[in-house]
Amino acid sequence: MEDFQLASIVVSTIRNAPVLIFAAMAGLFAERSGVIDLGLEGKILASAFVSAGVAYSYQDPWLGIAAGMLASMALALVQAFVSITQKGNQLVAGMAINIAMSGLTFVVAQYFFQQGGRTPDLGEARLGEVILPGTAALADIPFIGWLYGSVIGGHSVLVYAAFLLLPLVHWLLYHSRFGLRLRACGENPHAADAAGVPVQRTRYTAMIIAGVLCSFSGAYLSIVQSGFFLRDMSAGAGYLALTAMVFGNWRPLHTVLGCLMFGFFGALQIQIEGVDLPVVGRIPGSLIQMIPYVLTVIVLAGLMAKSVAPKALGKPFVKSR
Amino acid sequence: MKTTELPRWASGFVLPILNLLSALLVAALVIHLLGESPVESLQILVNSAVINPEGLSYTLFYASTFVFTGLAVSVAMKAGLFNIGAEGQMYLGGLGLTLAMLAFDASLSPWLLIPLAMVASAVFGAGWAFLPGYLQAKRGSHVVVTTIMFNFIAASLMNYLILKLIPEGDQNPASRVFSEAAWMPRLGEWFPVLGDTPLNIGFFLAIAALVIYGVMVSRSPWGYKLQATGLNQHAAHYAGVRISRMIIVAMLISGALAGLAAVNSILGSTHYLSLNFPAGAGFIGIAIALMGRQHPVGIFLSSVLFGALIQGGFDLSLEKPNIPQETFIFIQGLIILFCGAMENLYAPAVLKLINATRTKG
Repeated sequence: MEDFQLASIVVSTIRNAPVLIFAAMAGLFAERSGVIDLGLEGKILASAFVSAGVAYSYQDPWLGIAAGMLASMALALVQAFVSITQKGNQLVAGMAINIAMSGLTFVVAQYFFQQGGRTPDLGEARLGEVILPGTAALADIPFIGWLYGSVIGGHSVLVYAAFLLLPLVHWLLYHSRFGLRLRACGENPHAADAAGVPVQRTRYTAMIIAGVLCSFSGAYLSIVQSGFFLRDMSAGAGYLALTAMVFGNWRPLHTVLGCLMFGFFGALQIQIEGVDLPVVGRIPGSLIQMIPYVLTVIVLAGLMAKSVAPKALGKPFVKSR
Repeated sequence: MKTTELPRWASGFVLPILNLLSALLVAALVIHLLGESPVESLQILVNSAVINPEGLSYTLFYASTFVFTGLAVSVAMKAGLFNIGAEGQMYLGGLGLTLAMLAFDASLSPWLLIPLAMVASAVFGAGWAFLPGYLQAKRGSHVVVTTIMFNFIAASLMNYLILKLIPEGDQNPASRVFSEAAWMPRLGEWFPVLGDTPLNIGFFLAIAALVIYGVMVSRSPWGYKLQATGLNQHAAHYAGVRISRMIIVAMLISGALAGLAAVNSILGSTHYLSLNFPAGAGFIGIAIALMGRQHPVGIFLSSVLFGALIQGGFDLSLEKPNIPQETFIFIQGLIILFCGAMENLYAPAVLKLINATRTKG
């Protein structure tokens, strides 16, 4: 029994993490280019709804993902226009998108499906799990069968994409010309400008990448994890992803580790609900809900002093003459 | 003569109106796409929230709550802090108020109960804002993220605590109803034209709070230091302002004001603590502070506008099922976007217009 619990925590950690990884990587691109992205939450919610709605209506998960991507990109462009061209307050812009999407997704879901801001169950339009070849043959071997069938295999394609993102982002950020320019815009846009890097265009590009990545987070939430859209279903995932990124010091590997940490506590939360623990006894579910949020505050309180944000983060670029 | 800076009437009045109109225009477009007529919707809204005296009375009741959350966000904003946690602070303020009322509503007179409720809600609200303020001041943890987290923590905490407050034999997740001694006197008792609505003396408390805010922020040495901190921390520090203390104090006042918002909505209306009673008032406070540009008159007008949107929106959702109340959460987001983040969208155009008329004259 003990073993089984640990095993399911491992598996659900892997399944919880992608929501955060996609969003945190989105935040990473935006913020390394110098734009604060507080609007991850709203973009996740919008793409979760659009993905689920389109996937259900056309019974095609891939079309759903593509539509969610367009929605998230559109929001990222609005945010980019406000933050980069208008030089407005980036925190306020992000918050505005989050609040607006919390309302709009409900209104549109109600308009199309009339189920109290929910989409119908996706059923067949849900993205299936990848069964690796040979799973059945290995299933009877005690540890190996579980490892191969449930830890390495047995996930949706998006789970693998989330983890493959790590080397890709690392390479793009640290070993490509685009990454170098992106980081320069976030650290010292005036120097980048003097070197001939188009600062505003680079930041726009970064925001569009953020929009695309963020959409997978929403699509994963609705068409992989739950199989429907539910009002405010992102439940703070965008903010947790942002914290994971701060925790990871704006570096890809550490950010993914931060996401795994939050994913682990999310899994733990489900496991210890209703279980009699030694000393403390049974912890009520509403208190367990708090764990990731309390953890975020502790992480921020303990780490912020040491963390190094991009130097030009949140500062609109005004070309010097 | 050509100017490069907008005159005060333009930046303080014309720009906010243009921004507000833009937000409402986008909202009208969405209502149109939902298959409803924006003009007819506006008529229903205005009729139900302003022209009908009972509706107006509800509008002002909601506005009284929003004045407090709007002031809460504004005072933090003056210090350069973006307090998104007014929702959670108001929630905790409601808890403090409820604990005080449950303990004393049988023994004290209304003259003592209502001030006690105010103190309790302010203290609990301030308490909930203390840690984010402290962490921002001493550890540099961004107050935006910590206050968002404190909203989530407040929601989970109250889910748990409310179970302890349910009277025996009841099912509803709510505390018992307070004794009538703790009910805020309603204005309808004195002005029957207002009808039997929850509009209560909390409205005058809101006006008093606006006046005190205006004097303290714009006319006192403390307010000068507060604004200096918000405008340029380094300069303020150089001038002798203790920055971290200022940040903590601003957050405490902000939290106390958000907590006070609970007095109007609980003692003025429901008379018991219920699950999720703030119902987004803390977030509306953000829109109000941005739209009202943290000026007492602006905060008042914005609060009345939002009161009207909530009241009118409720009636509208009954008549037009395609425009549920959540539409106004969307509109709130649009107002924050246009009045907060794009506040200078029309500045170049207005400036051009002013210069053009001046050269002609």
